[in-house]
Amino acid sequence: MNPLLFGLFAFLMLAFGVSVVVNRNPIASALGLVVSFLCLAALYVGLDAYLIASVQVVVYAGAVMVLFLFIIMLLDLKAEQRRKFNKLAVGGGAFVALVFAAQVVGVLGRFPKGNQPFPALKLPPGETLNDIQKVGESLFSQHTLPLQIVGVLILVATIGVIVISKRELK
Amino acid sequence: MTITLNHYLLVSGLLFAIGFAGVLLRRNIITIFMCLELMLNAANLSLVAFSRFNIGSDGLPNFNAQVLVFFIITVAAAEVAVGLAIIVALFRARQTTHVEDIASLKF
Repeated sequence: MNPLLFGLFAFLMLAFGVSVVVNRNPIASALGLVVSFLCLAALYVGLDAYLIASVQVVVYAGAVMVLFLFIIMLLDLKAEQRRKFNKLAVGGGAFVALVFAAQVVGVLGRFPKGNQPFPALKLPPGETLNDIQKVGESLFSQHTLPLQIVGVLILVATIGVIVISKRELK
Repeated sequence: MTITLNHYLLVSGLLFAIGFAGVLLRRNIITIFMCLELMLNAANLSLVAFSRFNIGSDGLPNFNAQVLVFFIITVAAAEVAVGLAIIVALFRARQTTHVEDIASLKF
């Protein structure tokens, strides 16, 4: 991937990720998350994963985020009031996240194999990467059982959602 | 300067740390849920980067990782549906989405 494009999309993705965390208004957070997901899809395109990129846009930036916005608007959430926050909890949370980021940097510093550039794809002349076909073949030959289990999982989730929302809570 | 695997892993780790900080710092349950999605996506980014890095003998990326990402996205979508239904049920019972107002199980 072009280093400039990688830097642009990675920076935008992280910046809007931070905006999700720091915004007090949940709708602003959700819209920041949409932009972050779109930049992530652009990074997937840079990694030649076109199917995953389009699924990311359609399912995550589309369906999942519409569901989030729908629930935020249904519950009519206002921007959070400035509460007196617990300094210990905020400091501890920020500290744990910073330690995690430092550990990632430390581990990657000792991972020389990852410092090589990405090897080029070896495609027959005149052909482009057909990753939809390859992922589909893999999904329906090697990973058939997980695929069916995921189908059952979605059915269970659908029934569970209906049961949860129909029952009157006391 | 060329982009290496470590750049992608670093971005993925930072995205995970941002989501992690959000889960620990925020008090609105819907924002916490969105930060969970951020963490799932960070894992997906590193999987896709490894898939592109490990070129097989046929000269193509390792598609098993992309199948795994596909499953993660599916499970995340189901999780969002169930989680938001639980949040709506909680809101109907308690009229709040603030985690500090829901402390019945607090020790």
